[in-house]
Amino acid sequence: MRYHTPRSFSDAATIAEASTGTLRFLAGGTDVLVQMRAGMVQPDDLIDLKHIPGVDRITPTPEGGWRIGVAVPGIVLGAHEGLLRDWPGVVEGMNLVGSTQVQGRATLAGNLCNGSPAADSVPGMVAAGAVVTVTGPKGDRDLPVEQVPTGPGRTSLAKGEVISAITLPPRGKNGGDAYLRFIPRTEMDIAVVGCAVNLRLDGDRIVEARVALGAVAPTVILSEAAAKAIIGTTLGEAALAALAKAAEAAAKPISDKRGTKEFRIEVAGVLARRAAQIAYDRAKGLKA
Amino acid sequence: MARDDVKTGYKLIGTRPNRPDGLDKVTGRARYGADFALPGMLHAAVVRSPHAHARIVKIDASKALALDGVKAVVTRADLPTGLTGEDLNLQDNTLAGEKALYDGHAVAAVAATSQLLAQDAARLIEVTYEVLPHVTDVDAAMAPGAPVIREGVADYSVPEGMNGNVARHMEFGHGDVEAGFAAADIVREQTYKTEATHQGYIEPHACVAQMGEDGRGEMWVCTQGHWYIRRMCASVLGIEAANLRVTPSEIGGGFGGKTTIFMEPLPLALSKKAGGRPVKLVMSRSEVLRATGPTASASMDVKIGMKKDGTITAGQVFFRMQGGAFPGMSPIGEALPCAFACYDIPALKHEAVEVIANRPKAAAYRAPGSPMAAFAVESLVDEMCRELKLDPIAVRLKNGARNGSKSSYGPVYNVIGLAETLEAAKAHPNYAIPLGKNQGRGVASGFWFNHGGETSVSLAVGEDGTATVMIGTPDIGGSRASIGLMVAETLGIPYEDVRVNVVETGALGVNEPTHGSRATFASGKAAVEAARAAIKEMCKRAAAEWEIDAEAVEWKDGAAHPAGPNAGKFPPMTIGEIGSKMGGSGGPISGHHEVTAEGVGASFGTHVVDVEVDPETGRTTVLRYLVVQDAGTAIHPAYVEGQYQGGAAQGIGWALNEEYVYGTDGRLQNPIFLDYRIPVASDLPMIDTVIVEVPNPGHPYGVRGVGETGITPPLPAVASAIAGATGVRIRSLPCSPPKVLAAIKAKG
Repeated sequence: MRYHTPRSFSDAATIAEASTGTLRFLAGGTDVLVQMRAGMVQPDDLIDLKHIPGVDRITPTPEGGWRIGVAVPGIVLGAHEGLLRDWPGVVEGMNLVGSTQVQGRATLAGNLCNGSPAADSVPGMVAAGAVVTVTGPKGDRDLPVEQVPTGPGRTSLAKGEVISAITLPPRGKNGGDAYLRFIPRTEMDIAVVGCAVNLRLDGDRIVEARVALGAVAPTVILSEAAAKAIIGTTLGEAALAALAKAAEAAAKPISDKRGTKEFRIEVAGVLARRAAQIAYDRAKGLKA
Repeated sequence: MARDDVKTGYKLIGTRPNRPDGLDKVTGRARYGADFALPGMLHAAVVRSPHAHARIVKIDASKALALDGVKAVVTRADLPTGLTGEDLNLQDNTLAGEKALYDGHAVAAVAATSQLLAQDAARLIEVTYEVLPHVTDVDAAMAPGAPVIREGVADYSVPEGMNGNVARHMEFGHGDVEAGFAAADIVREQTYKTEATHQGYIEPHACVAQMGEDGRGEMWVCTQGHWYIRRMCASVLGIEAANLRVTPSEIGGGFGGKTTIFMEPLPLALSKKAGGRPVKLVMSRSEVLRATGPTASASMDVKIGMKKDGTITAGQVFFRMQGGAFPGMSPIGEALPCAFACYDIPALKHEAVEVIANRPKAAAYRAPGSPMAAFAVESLVDEMCRELKLDPIAVRLKNGARNGSKSSYGPVYNVIGLAETLEAAKAHPNYAIPLGKNQGRGVASGFWFNHGGETSVSLAVGEDGTATVMIGTPDIGGSRASIGLMVAETLGIPYEDVRVNVVETGALGVNEPTHGSRATFASGKAAVEAARAAIKEMCKRAAAEWEIDAEAVEWKDGAAHPAGPNAGKFPPMTIGEIGSKMGGSGGPISGHHEVTAEGVGASFGTHVVDVEVDPETGRTTVLRYLVVQDAGTAIHPAYVEGQYQGGAAQGIGWALNEEYVYGTDGRLQNPIFLDYRIPVASDLPMIDTVIVEVPNPGHPYGVRGVGETGITPPLPAVASAIAGATGVRIRSLPCSPPKVLAAIKAKG
């Protein structure tokens, strides 16, 4: 195995493009190192991104959003006042990943690129409309988060491409987001169902909404039908029921060791209702 | 509850001194199985079957052996032949013979100069399999037409006409059950199922072993019983027990799963083949879950007759238990006697069959068989209490076993504390807390026999008047502290002046493992006798110096005293003075005691649990949990409470989320703690404990043994609490959210 410590993303991309064997990028390493120890993957090239300047920073964008470096760990996100104010749903999703020790290393970019359908940080990013910057041999390109994973363990990134930053859009006024997951235990578990809701209000009325479901399909589902069920409403009982129904219809889960198909469909609706209520309350400025 | 024959007013017993192993454990200095290393040591890896059931056509290790640094490969062909009975089962499980019998069954092992190299070499060992039909479910394995996974496992007890996977049958009872059912106001009959669960000890199996060409070997191993390891390894490898010296490490949990061997003969066989170089073998978590003993899975029919006032008139059970691919490991012989052990019922009928299936060889797990039996019987008792609107504690007090009751399995109980636990549970504030919406309360009692067993203990007096105690039962639950307290109490010296060591097989007579909740009872009893023998000798030395009769000397407060004014007027001679002069007064002073310990006292417990169930997701939250159990005497109460809490935690896990999930291919789907869901700390409330003390007359300080009873009531108590919260009864564990939600939806 060759271990690389490039000082720029373009250098990282060059090394990646030249690699002929199994390649892994190393940010927090909370997936890659575990997979290596379990014998699931034995990389020929391991490219450590943590030596690239700026990867551990969270910086405001000129538009009013946030640019998050690929090596920023969950524990730093969870202590960042600006992010907690603007995107609490994204932060709470990331903070559900693993243990306290894992939080000290695990990153948004890693959680995304690991390609797990159950990744806890991804529905929140999708609902928020986050964009990743991809650096490749031909330069940079931007991509909506939901277009990165293509199936369990797979991404749309081409050979030689690496995510160089994640950008959350400006929060704007009267917005709120939330993420909930279902696990049978209280922590240290994998989402059986996840749901993130991001919405904006005009007065009491929802004018924008994005609803993302995790662990109910090979990739995160961004459900327009679920969003439509609450746009234009004040999130009354009828709207919540319609949202649950739309989320259930959107969910396309399988039965496996973590839960049955029927259970996941049912709980997708429950979590959508509950997450929407939290996001709504946050948009209203209520503590939740 | 006060009894004239019960001694109280101890100086040390009942106190909570620091544990002797505490500092080493919190600083990481304690040496566990994987911490041993020797010069020139090789590392081993095991090739395991990916199939649930397959004929082994060919094993080709040539590519592995060609690697530089690979020193030895062993397969079944390297082990002796001609074994029978359980020795053959152990050998078959150590390395598969003609067939691999479960996913994870060891097929070959390799030793190399590094762990990575050993793993690489294991991947290069080519095994050709012919896959055979498999069966993993207990009921499916008994069904007509199920593949018979091993021919000829049935022993003499199995009636004709049963499926070939049925290995053993047993039945017993008393009274006329039909008359009992006829006398009842309601008779209810239900079937209950429990999944296999793993002991979940945090320390995986690990050992370092060395064996020369002369067949003499040595082993350092994580185990609950090193004499068992010695005997089993000797049988599997065809060597003499005396030529294998086994030293136990500190142990990071066992719960019964480390009372047998799984891979321990492999490093010995590899070492011998590698010219006597020591070999280390450490299992991964996934190997632990795939290939070491879980408990049995069970399918159980129960029938109970009850009068409207709660009087139980008759009971009947038929248990089917699957303990893996080898006969002898499903605990029907414990489950049946435990089923109605908490009750005094005029007519009972017990019947059970042991079934084999393509799963790992089961091992003991904390009160083996009792939790399943309790789930079946205590669940049905609770269902009937709810139907008749009777208080579950009152019904248990009405029917409960008491002093002098003939037990459900035959013997008459001497002095037992079941009623005391029920009264204490009833009086506890938890039992009166009002329940809210979606909340329910469950009550269940539980039982474990406890055990005496073969025990050998020595004690040596030091020159400074301290005492060293040598015991043969590894300390998995605080037995060094409690034995130290009992010895210090007996000798009349400070607790800090006693050091209790778990010693190797060469240092004592044969000891059974730390199992059956026996260590504090049996090693403790023998240690007290050893201390008494040393006291006798010390009195003799004092008598000789005082030139009086030894009978005229008595021992108190750590010193020899003249017994009364007629004996003479001498100042007390302390253990320190006697120790400092012992070289000149007759030589070293020690005490020794060995016995197959008798006087075992059973332990009963009663648990009360409150849960809240989310009706939209089926998820259960344990709000509060109370364990009440009879300890006999709590020598070190903090350890007793720890055992109660640990048993409850494991039982709650079994009740709520733990299960072996097999795919249609017979492979274990969740051999990792991420998906084998034992409770994490934040899943549980602080578990409340009440120690009831009804001293066991069969022990010098009244000890019963407390390790196992605590895992028994949680299974039915949790399911009954869920029934209270939701109105739906889960009769098949675990009460996982998908199952509970589906039941809630089906009820409508």
